[in-house]
This record gives sequence, C-alpha cells and structure tokens, in this order.
Amino acid sequence: MSTEAAEVKEKKSEPLFSKKNRKLVTNPLDIDNPITVQVLGICSALAVTTQMEPAFVMSLAVIVVVASSNVMISLLRNTVPSRIRIIVQLAIVSLWVTLVNEVLKAYMYDVSKQLSVFVGLIITNCIVMGRLEAFAMGNKPGPSLLDGIGNGLGYGLILMLVAFFRELLGSGALFGFKVFESIGLPYQGNGLMLLPAGACIIVGIIIWVQRALNGYRETH
Amino acid sequence: MRQSNGYIIFYASILSVVCAGLLVGANLLLKDRQTANVELEQKTSILATVMTLEEGSDIEKLYRENVREFVVNSEGEVVSGMTPKQVAIATEYKKPAKERMLPVYEFRNKQDTTQLDYVVFPVFGAGLWDAIWGYVALESDMNTIKGVKFEHKGETPGLGARITDAEVQNRYPGKEVYENGKLVSITMMKGEGNDYSGDKHKVDGLSGATLTAKGVNNMLTDYLAAYEGYINKHKKK
Repeated sequence: MSTEAAEVKEKKSEPLFSKKNRKLVTNPLDIDNPITVQVLGICSALAVTTQMEPAFVMSLAVIVVVASSNVMISLLRNTVPSRIRIIVQLAIVSLWVTLVNEVLKAYMYDVSKQLSVFVGLIITNCIVMGRLEAFAMGNKPGPSLLDGIGNGLGYGLILMLVAFFRELLGSGALFGFKVFESIGLPYQGNGLMLLPAGACIIVGIIIWVQRALNGYRETH
Repeated sequence: MRQSNGYIIFYASILSVVCAGLLVGANLLLKDRQTANVELEQKTSILATVMTLEEGSDIEKLYRENVREFVVNSEGEVVSGMTPKQVAIATEYKKPAKERMLPVYEFRNKQDTTQLDYVVFPVFGAGLWDAIWGYVALESDMNTIKGVKFEHKGETPGLGARITDAEVQNRYPGKEVYENGKLVSITMMKGEGNDYSGDKHKVDGLSGATLTAKGVNNMLTDYLAAYEGYINKHKKK
C-alpha cells in the first residue's frame, strides 16, 4: 500500500494503462473477483445462468452499468453531499439500469424477455453499489472506468462459466445449440442443474478450484 | 457549504430532474420499436398456433393475408368500433367473464371467404408464480384444437416454464373441448410420461409443475367458457 501511494505522488498524471491501472481490470478477474472472492451479486448469478445467451447479455448489461455509473459518480464525486451520497449513487445506477433495460426491450426483445426482472434487479446488485462507494467516490474518471469494466468482466466471467456447465449438463446445449444431439448421443437433461441449487454447487466448485490454484485464504 | 440543507435539497432536485429527463428521452426514442416488438410477437404467436412458421418468414405479410381480427362480447356479438389492439387482456381478465371484451382472430378460407378455417382465441390466467397467457386455435368445427401457444412471466425454468416448449404444446392438437355439446375443456394431468392419446380431453402432465398445469387448465376452461357465445354462433348445426 505504501509504495502505491508514493507512486501516485511521484507521477502526477499517469498514463491510463499504467501497471497500476491495468491491475484495476485484471484483479477482479481472479484474486479480487466480485462473485467468488467478495461473494457479491450471487442472486443474479444463480438466476440468469440456466442458459448461456441470457447470461452473456446479463454480463454485458452489468459491465455497461458498472462502468458508466462509475464514471458518472467519479465525475460528480466532488459535488456529492456526503449525507445523501448513497441516494445519489442509487439514482445514477437506476438511471443506467433503466436505460439498458429500455434498449434491450427495443433491440433484443427475446433476450430481455428471458432476463425479465433481473435486468431491473442490477440496481440492487451489490457489485455496482460496492464499486461506486469503494472506488468511484475517491478516484478519477479514467481509473474508475477501468475499475468498472474490470469488475463487470469479473462478474461476467463467473456468470459465463456457471452458465456453460448449467446449460451443458442441464439441457445438453450451448448457446441453444444441442451439443449431444448433434454428435448423435441421446442426452437426458439433469434437472438439478436447471434449479438455483445447481448454480450454488457450481459456484462452490469454482471457488474451490480458484482458491486451490491461486492460494487465496481469508484473513481473519 | 456542501453539508448545508439548502445545498442538499438543491442537489437532489437537480439530479432528479436530469435523470428523469434522460429517461423520458430514452423512452420516447425507443417506444415505437418496443411496441413493434410486442405486436410482432403477438402476431407470431397467433400465426404459430395454426401454421408452421419458417425462420425469417414475413410475419406482417402472413398476418395481413390470413387473419381477420375483431372484438366480441360474451354473447358472441361483434363489438363495432373496437380492435383487439385496444383490448388489454390482463385488465379484461379481472372483470367477470360476462363483461369481458374478447378479441377474436379468424382465419378465413382462401377460396370461399365465408368459410372459417380456424379461429384463434387469446387466453389469460394465473400460473404458479405469475401470469400465464397464450393463444388457442380451434378448427372450423369449433371443437378440435388446432394448436396452442403458451407464454409465462415467472414460472420456474425447467419446470413450469416448460409450457412454452413446443414439445409440451404439441400435446394439445387433435384434442377436443366439447363432449355431447357440453364444454369439458382439456385437462393437463398430474404426472408425466403417461399415454393419453386415447382420451380426447386429457393431455400428459409436467413432472414437477402440477400447479402450473392447473393454472393452464383453469385458464383454458375459463376462456373457452367466456367464448361460448361466439363458439355457439359459429358451430355447424
């Protein structure tokens, strides 16, 4: 921490893709992943991962919402009265979520039907509020943008992984393409994978594998 | 200054106005496309109950050529000056069956337009978690099911949500809604994997979604009864 702070003081305007800023994007993918390490945004990770297509669109929606809200809050950070800052953050998040929802309804109607309420529920996704409060309130728009994209990607990565296993094992398909049928194997879908419980198990396994690989331990 | 009440009220009002303005703008820009999507989906569903739609076929054209739409009351009389577009099924559903405005979609014979080929009724009801709705097509005998199309808002994926699967909807065609002139509707049974091909009023159920199936049964009975006025007028003597 101390070296990082010193670095900032030395160089007043650092390039957007400096080593430290690159970490803002790469950390959330692994050692600081919003779902598997911070355990935020679990609700939607269980709800929209039965198939890969809605999971993909949901990931995009979250990336857009986190990144744009981060930038907007970062731009406003010096004007926001601290007593109503949570409400201000919520208003900005709602603004972006509603915009994304409207665009989906207009241009990707089928997917928006599948995602139904879960796009709206991005408002309550703790990842978004968490990034605004923890990062955008104290950083410049550039790094905030990267931080938003990074966390959105980290969320999306886990969503896609979970959806991959759930759609493959649950319906024997990927992106709606019947994998087992096309190679001539009969496949009886696993009903457990279609239920939220299946997603819980997969998220658990992902966390296990991830921690076995990178050696992350909770510090008490 | 940033902590004063005046500043906070000022800030909150400006923020609300700006956000609201942006949302209204977005809504105005996208509204047309959104309603077009909803209407196109409706038309696709109506057509899909009676014909197999090829990927990429011109829904608007097919609909224009084949379908005559109008609204009837519970007596089966055409309500003049009303189009199905003006009827919100979800609102009508809450009224007593006698007072509902009922949209009808007729497929007339291409050669002899006085002859009815099929007729499609919209249906609406309650599933396990939320609303379910759809379209039911009857053949010209006003008895045999030509096809059905179901949609849902929040049924459990993999269980109740299966009512949208073609495999489930294909259990309905050929079934009959009347027995000796009395409405008996069609019942989706409890349990799955049984053969009901010999029974004209029963279809195989959905394992794990008995309550959704019950909702579908109620919806069909409710709306077939509501349309009895229209059905009786067009039944072949």
